Amino acid sequence: MEILGVPSALLGSQLLVGLINGSFYAILSLGLAIIFGLLNIINFAHGAQYMMGAFIAWLALTKFNVNYWVALIAAPLLVGLFGVILERTMLRKLYKLDHLYGLLLTFGLALIIEGVFRDQFGISGESYDVPDALAGGINLGFMFLPIYRAWVIVASLTVCFGTWYMIEKTRLGAYLRAGTENSQMVQALGINVPLLITFTYGYGVALAAFAGVLAAPVFQVNPLMGSNLIIVVFAVVVIGGMGSILGSIVTGIGLGLIEGLTRVFYPEASAVVVFVIMVIVLLVRPAGLFGKA
Amino acid sequence: MSTTKQPSALIKTEALYTALFVVGLIAPFAVYPTFLMKLFCFALFASAFNLLLGFAGLLSFGHAAFLGTAGYVCGLMVRDMGVTPEVGIIAGTAAAGLLGWLFGVLAIRRTGIYFAMITLALAQMVYFIVLQVKATGGEDGLQGVPRGHLFGLVDLSDNIAMYYLVYAVFSIGFFIIYRTIHSPFGQILKAIRENEPRAISLGYDVNKFKLMAFVISASLAGLAGATKTLVFQLTSLSDVHWHMSGEVVLMTLLGGLGTILGPAVGSATIVTLQNELADKVGSWVTVIMGLIFVVCVLAFRRGIVGEIQALIQRAGIR
Repeated sequence: MEILGVPSALLGSQLLVGLINGSFYAILSLGLAIIFGLLNIINFAHGAQYMMGAFIAWLALTKFNVNYWVALIAAPLLVGLFGVILERTMLRKLYKLDHLYGLLLTFGLALIIEGVFRDQFGISGESYDVPDALAGGINLGFMFLPIYRAWVIVASLTVCFGTWYMIEKTRLGAYLRAGTENSQMVQALGINVPLLITFTYGYGVALAAFAGVLAAPVFQVNPLMGSNLIIVVFAVVVIGGMGSILGSIVTGIGLGLIEGLTRVFYPEASAVVVFVIMVIVLLVRPAGLFGKA
Repeated sequence: MSTTKQPSALIKTEALYTALFVVGLIAPFAVYPTFLMKLFCFALFASAFNLLLGFAGLLSFGHAAFLGTAGYVCGLMVRDMGVTPEVGIIAGTAAAGLLGWLFGVLAIRRTGIYFAMITLALAQMVYFIVLQVKATGGEDGLQGVPRGHLFGLVDLSDNIAMYYLVYAVFSIGFFIIYRTIHSPFGQILKAIRENEPRAISLGYDVNKFKLMAFVISASLAGLAGATKTLVFQLTSLSDVHWHMSGEVVLMTLLGGLGTILGPAVGSATIVTLQNELADKVGSWVTVIMGLIFVVCVLAFRRGIVGEIQALIQRAGIR
């Protein structure tokens, strides 16, 4: 079977990879957006924290024989805790300064984390086997669907929409949104804003680690896996604007799909297509697709 | 900060610059010239970057694109088209300026944190293009660039001759930056940095000034990159990598953001450190750079030169 002169199996598998990449873009840009909303900091270490999630899962399996499902919960918690410590000890000192210092600090942290992992594990990359329960695949007739890949998409979309629900529909989310609008006022109303900030950073970081664990069996576990990804996610954030949670999710997945399509029809451009779209969006709608002008 | 300088202070500053200039003239006879040349290339690179961040308040996280592009353009022209080194340097600088204009037009549409992310993303696009285009040699980089004869006369394969070219390029670039900062144009940039809405209400076309600052900064970064290519006779992917963009931020921050000599001092420190550490600690260099970043941001935001200036000021008040 062929669609537009391309074998449907190729088109299907590339769209699937696009969808997976898109889910990672969505989770990561969501985390960046939540953190930025309350802390006014762009977390450059997001990519490194994603990588940490993947490595914790890999280490847990190979060194301690801890399975995938435990790692899927434990790695985000551990990395989230790490994020909480960073926020309490370092980021906290920067809130009164220019926002750019937050970017610079987290950039430095990203270099440290990446450097330590590179020294420990080299850059060749480690492979992580798909857990038994999710091994194998289904033949859909026009393409072969590996179950694990379908799981990645389902799991990340669940987490994304769960986060959206928490922010839009729960009391905690209401505090968070109020804090984003005017944190001093919220503080005056008796809500512990510093704690809320710590929690928010920890949660955003945990999201990144969760994506990392999901990514471990799909991509190679590599100390540099995060830094290559995070720059694309920055472009995604510029395209979508950080004003809207649903906007981040939709933009992330949409760009992943476009990237997948580009890989089929014009592979040379697949690495830059997101940046090209960013340029177009900046020319046409500088505030971003979902941004407030 | 904007106190008018006393005449005596002005004379002191001039004396300081003259002394430094003389030191630079005799330095290659005391220190390994290749090291000095590297140092001056990065000092110019960081000073160009500082013009943008320190004086216009714009954080570009994509300056490696200008350094690298100019390096590739200069290297290709000198090696494959056989032009003389000065033509290569000028062409590289012009290419970086043009690229800076393109980046600037796009990036100044947003401010603050978005500006940084856009420049980073655009630079990453340049990185991928350089990686894929055949002419750049991909992963191998551009190797075997001859230094050639300056104006067809002076043989630059002699390190001392090359040193004086680099020194001249640095001095010219540094002078341009110095003049820009102290011109009415530079004052307007500072006004934009301090209070953009007020600058707009005073009738300044803020975006035009930002764009101009961006182009000047990119061109000078390119000047540094093109010269660097001639010095080392190669350009590689690491020159366009985001690590390089981060490194120039670090040099500027460590030396002192918004000070005139800071970026040069910062880059001298970092280049020396890298040279000393490279064979001793291996991949820990990245970790050390990261640590310096963290310490600078948390506890040392004025940087080396900024701290010294603050000390002098305090002494002066007493």
